[in-house]
Amino acid sequence: MAITVKIPAQLRGVTKGESEVEVDGETVGEALDAVFDQHSDLRARITEDGALRRFVNVYVSGEDIRFQDGLETSLSNGDEVTILPAVAGG
Amino acid sequence: MAVTGLRCKECEAGYPLEARYVCEQCFGPLEVAYDHSGLDPAEARRKIQAGSPGIWRYADFLPFEERPPSTRTSLEPGMTPLVRADRLAERLGLGEVFVKNDAANPTHSFKDRVVGVAVAKARELGFTTLACASTGNLANAVAAHAAAAGLDSYVFVPADLEEQKLLATSVYGTELVGVNGNYDDVNRLCTELCETRPWAFVNVNLRPYYSEGSKTVAFEVVEQLGWQLPDRIVCPIASGSLFTRIGRGFQDWIDLGLVEGELPAFSGAQAEGCGPVAQAYAQGWEICKPTRPDTIAKSLAIGDPADGPYALELARRTGGSVTAVSDDEIRDGIRLLAETTGIFTETAGGVTVATLRRLAEAGEIDHSERVVVAITGEGLKTLDATRDSFRMTEIEPTLADFEASAACVQPAAA
Repeated sequence: MAITVKIPAQLRGVTKGESEVEVDGETVGEALDAVFDQHSDLRARITEDGALRRFVNVYVSGEDIRFQDGLETSLSNGDEVTILPAVAGG
Repeated sequence: MAVTGLRCKECEAGYPLEARYVCEQCFGPLEVAYDHSGLDPAEARRKIQAGSPGIWRYADFLPFEERPPSTRTSLEPGMTPLVRADRLAERLGLGEVFVKNDAANPTHSFKDRVVGVAVAKARELGFTTLACASTGNLANAVAAHAAAAGLDSYVFVPADLEEQKLLATSVYGTELVGVNGNYDDVNRLCTELCETRPWAFVNVNLRPYYSEGSKTVAFEVVEQLGWQLPDRIVCPIASGSLFTRIGRGFQDWIDLGLVEGELPAFSGAQAEGCGPVAQAYAQGWEICKPTRPDTIAKSLAIGDPADGPYALELARRTGGSVTAVSDDEIRDGIRLLAETTGIFTETAGGVTVATLRRLAEAGEIDHSERVVVAITGEGLKTLDATRDSFRMTEIEPTLADFEASAACVQPAAA
């Protein structure tokens, strides 16, 4: 599965400025692990004890993964996974 | 000026006073830090009372490095009436109830407070275009304050918003964008847009400053009660920003000695059709589970509340609560407030009054308590919610027809 993971501006300091990372993965969790393999400092920024930090939102093609199966949400070839801060709005 | 920088609410990492809202270390929200050391409370109170008629009187407690605009050059919000609502209290069997009527702001909601602060900060930071993701009231405020300041603006809203709120936005000449989706979709889109547009999104990249505006509700309540604290606040929760920043406003002034006492109990109000904070409160969770909104209270229809965890913490810490009420209770709440105070509120105010009624009927509010109810918006903005609720007797223009009609409940004088 070829997946594009979009990195928000606030995290590009640990992805050498890259705004998108191309990875393989069957689920959101696998795709994120593959990103962490390329950019190891990213893991601690957005996860804690294996779970996403509470102010991190992840979307698959615009859909919040909390309305799906969380990190177990399955991916299709060409899907776009977007990481965004959860602290906007209101 | 007392403002010193931005600070992460989670890990306390510090950042300069720029258009940024997320901690790069832990992704937590940023808030404004101040240094008020050496402040003389009596002198501070005198300075406030000699200041501007609205929120600029609190400029020393707002996040500006320069003086904010004067009331002559901006739509200055604030110092809205704090109305003693004795007949409302009597109907509910309560002792003392005050209504903080924020419908009396320039665009008829509390959003003028946060936008007033955000726009002043946007100008200080050199922005020329404002933007926001809104459920309606914010849209009105951003469009109006941008017009007043001579700035361009983009307003993003769910496309199915109340017509009144769309009209009361576009009239100011903003670029109004209706998004086919709910508020959380709009918010996600704006979070993404914020990365590629050099705009001041008041509730995204300027959110730390914007939310400071809500503290002015607390400051005004303290001043209007004669430098005293209420015992309880009943306040609607959408993102939780207003609810938590009112708490912070009281706490700041307690810490600085401007007012004595304890934080009031914070009772949050949500609609059953969008009550992620009420659900988390009832379940004992520390974080909220996002929900897809389905309620007439569209201004509160945020399914993924950014300040949800902090709202829960505040309600629990102060002996408050978070309640969710039905759409019928919301309509009844609008009517109850109107009949007992002469204040016509929108659906969010209906949620708040319905929550007050629930708490009163459950015996949660002691008769000795002084309760302040935060009415955040104007009834004329959500006419659909009350459209079928009125009664009118139609007659011919004759005395006889009036005398014979159902409307003639008082006999003519002899």
